[in-house]
Amino acid sequence: MRLFGLYGRTQDTLWTLIAAPAIWGVHFLFSYFYAAYRCAPNADIFASIGGTRIVVGIATVAALVLIGLVFRRAWVEWQAKGGTVRHDRDTAEDREHFLEFSTVLLAALSFVAVAFDVMPVLLIGDCR
Amino acid sequence: MSETTRQGASDRDQEDEAVRRAQEERLRKVWAAPKGWRYWSAVNNTEVGVWYTALSFAFMLFAGVLALIMRAQLAVPENNLVTPDFYNQAFTLHGTAMMFLFAVPIFEAVAIILLPQLLGARDLPFPRLSAFGFWCFLIGGVFVCGSIFFGAAPTGGWFMYPPLTTEERFTPGYGADIWLLGLSFIEVASIAAAIELIVGTLKCRPPGMRLNLMPLYAWYVLVVAGMILFAFPPLIAGDILFELERLFDWPFFDPTRGGDPVLWQHLFWIFGHPEVYIVFLPAIALLAMIIPTFAQRPILGYSWIVLAAVGTGFISFGLWVHHMYTTGLPAISLGFFSAASEAVAIPTGVQIFVFLATLMTGRVIYSVPMLFVSGFLAIFVIGGLTGVMVAIAPFDWQAHDTYFVVAHLHYVLIGGMLFPVVAGVFYYWPMISGRKLSDRLGRLAFWLMFVGFNVAFFPMHFSGLAGMPRRVWTYPEALGLELPNLVSTIGAFVFAAGILTIVYDVLRPRGSEPYAKRNPWNAGTLEWLAEMPGENWGVRSVPVITSRYPIWQQPNFIDDVDKGRFYLPDAEEMKRETIVSSVLDGEPEQCLRVPGPSFMPMISAFLTGAVFILATFHYWYATIAFMALATVSIMIWLWRGTAIIPEKPEKDVGRGLKLPLYTSGPISVGWWAMFITMTGDVTAFIGLIFGYYYFFTIHEDFPPPSGAGPGVVWPMVSLGLFLAAWGAAWLALERNRARRIGAARVLMGAGAGAALSAAAVLLWGPFATGLDPASHVYPATVWVLAIWTAAHGAVGALMLLYCLARSLAGRFTSDHDIDIANVTLYWHFMAGTALVTVATLALFPLAA
Repeated sequence: MRLFGLYGRTQDTLWTLIAAPAIWGVHFLFSYFYAAYRCAPNADIFASIGGTRIVVGIATVAALVLIGLVFRRAWVEWQAKGGTVRHDRDTAEDREHFLEFSTVLLAALSFVAVAFDVMPVLLIGDCR
Repeated sequence: MSETTRQGASDRDQEDEAVRRAQEERLRKVWAAPKGWRYWSAVNNTEVGVWYTALSFAFMLFAGVLALIMRAQLAVPENNLVTPDFYNQAFTLHGTAMMFLFAVPIFEAVAIILLPQLLGARDLPFPRLSAFGFWCFLIGGVFVCGSIFFGAAPTGGWFMYPPLTTEERFTPGYGADIWLLGLSFIEVASIAAAIELIVGTLKCRPPGMRLNLMPLYAWYVLVVAGMILFAFPPLIAGDILFELERLFDWPFFDPTRGGDPVLWQHLFWIFGHPEVYIVFLPAIALLAMIIPTFAQRPILGYSWIVLAAVGTGFISFGLWVHHMYTTGLPAISLGFFSAASEAVAIPTGVQIFVFLATLMTGRVIYSVPMLFVSGFLAIFVIGGLTGVMVAIAPFDWQAHDTYFVVAHLHYVLIGGMLFPVVAGVFYYWPMISGRKLSDRLGRLAFWLMFVGFNVAFFPMHFSGLAGMPRRVWTYPEALGLELPNLVSTIGAFVFAAGILTIVYDVLRPRGSEPYAKRNPWNAGTLEWLAEMPGENWGVRSVPVITSRYPIWQQPNFIDDVDKGRFYLPDAEEMKRETIVSSVLDGEPEQCLRVPGPSFMPMISAFLTGAVFILATFHYWYATIAFMALATVSIMIWLWRGTAIIPEKPEKDVGRGLKLPLYTSGPISVGWWAMFITMTGDVTAFIGLIFGYYYFFTIHEDFPPPSGAGPGVVWPMVSLGLFLAAWGAAWLALERNRARRIGAARVLMGAGAGAALSAAAVLLWGPFATGLDPASHVYPATVWVLAIWTAAHGAVGALMLLYCLARSLAGRFTSDHDIDIANVTLYWHFMAGTALVTVATLALFPLAA
């Protein structure tokens, strides 16, 4: 929960750094596997996959919210100490800010990647 | 014991030259490479890294010669310079060797040389593991490449699609087995290297090198080694299925018995696409070191590079289906992968812009490495753009399996990997040999390579769009492909001349040419502390780091290191030592004694290699015998060389700091290595589980509704026994720490017994219900999961017995419990594996 900034401050680590792209990974695999499962064994390729699209849509909203929370948490903590982009001093603070800022960047990338990756469900309505 | 050895390093006067000279004498002796034939028992990164690099380049030249033969064959239409069969062997081995024997190993090889230098460490934490990896690589590589001299090389292309490669009528002979077993063996070496590099990066940084001060190369190494850990195991899982089909006719990829060849494509490309980035990122990592040096300024946007490396590392796992656009998957699936394939351009592009910005804001010094950097930019950007084109499914349907793809992938790999690596060769050569390579020859080589490359590969875009399929032995005159092919062939030979120029420059006798001056490029990072010529000890003393470019930014830095004013300036006990530090902030935690020269890694590698080679030719008894011998040799290696109880609990490493010589649990490097190994192992297991649920997805009757499975009772009994063994291992660790050694020993023995019984019972299930693995893919899948888990149970039992023997021999005690701490960690993973296997085999059919 700390990871999503719901309470307290977070000590950033390599795990918090990769949280957002990991959410991207889970969402991506879920969307692909779920759609593939619903379409298998490809017997009726013209059947509508409306339900699948809704499920993927819900998963997408969930993933975007989680990534958004990671982003917000890292952003707030990074901004709290001035939000500088230079973190090359030998202090625990600079290490922390470096991780926070990198988390912000990765969360932004992951957010865009999730939104971009699901665009096919807006356009494709069956299993062709 | 002399006076100096009784004193701690903190009490020594580093300003006294006599003291320093005595220290240097000791360090030199401790880290010296063995002489004579014993030289080959060396394990230090300065030897193993260089062998590894040289061998990777040798395989590259070999694969390059194959390419030239292919280009000669294609120079004119309807040529028959070589036979079609030889041509098939040539293109298969060309791709295989370039990817598996050059592109990935060169990363590991260069990282083994560079990483300790960059981290101011004396060596990586597991030098013998590196040596083992090298010997595996040598054996596997020679085995795979050597097959072409007997006309027995694989012919199915580097991705070995079934049914082409599973059916004797298409590809007779041992070729596919040589590919599968030879490369599986090398994949093990790659994973070994990944473990070494991850632990090295996380735990062997110098004091003060926090994550935000880590050289960018180390960030890339961390990301790429992590990728190897998740990318290679699915291929190993695929190899297992494939080999079981070839050797025992288990029909995983045979549609007539429920199998599906597309499963192989999934498993191969789950490996194969991240592989491209596994190859590309380390090459970019070299540029992240070279560019600041020649711009004479720190990199601009350090965090952005970390973003790019980590982001690419993740997204590259979401691209694999773009190699499978033409397999008839639903458009929605293709859409996801098409989008991700385009999204990956974002982090990839970010790195390029960071490099350009760094160059534009610095004072650029033009030099041979920078020439190759500019070559990289030009070529790689073209490859990236055609990459975005083929990421779009409808375009790919047109271009798939044509020379357009051949052009694209060579632009990406040669531009994105070979040019940076050559830049790295020119940049780092002084560190290896103490001398710079020739500027004149470097420029000549660059222009030959740059022009030759474009002449060779640019026309392939057109021949591909004109309809020339890849992997054809020849083409008819009427297609209008003569001109682009002839031009490509000429370009290929010009390119090869460029490579040969570099080979000549590297190998030419230097005679009395003077050594380069220290830090010849005026760089800022730690690896340039190296003296010309270098010393085997790596750094004279392990420095305290307070900046990203210590040589530029820390006053008097080189002198402080040289005068031994930092940590570990001495080898008082005549042992090889380095510092282990914490993950986040590089706080010193342990003085690690690393093992010295030994033939055991080589012997173990040869015995393990024999297992794979004998299995290729179906010599089953010999295979089993060598499996036993290999196991024994690894046990001897571990018994004599690991978790050695030191003569004193802690050591003065200088500057008033005392560090423990022995740690276990999450502080210790061994625990991390086990954790990382098991992460890779679980990934391979997930690959097999993926197979099961994949078949469930595509078949109505998988698992069969009749209940013809392994049953419920026996698997559940097995699970109970596995969990008992897990509990015993855990409790043994705890009892041992509580000094209840008798109880701990009983638990270790009982745990081993429970584990062996669990393994036997798990196999008894499908045996008792008469599942015939050759009859259909369902029984085959059940058997492969049961065997995987049972084999892991047997290994777990062996580990517990090993701990028991170590305890009885007094080699592990209540205070020195690395062995059982690591084995317990193994058992945590083992318990998870058993749980998932039994849930899948026994419970899932009830629910499905």
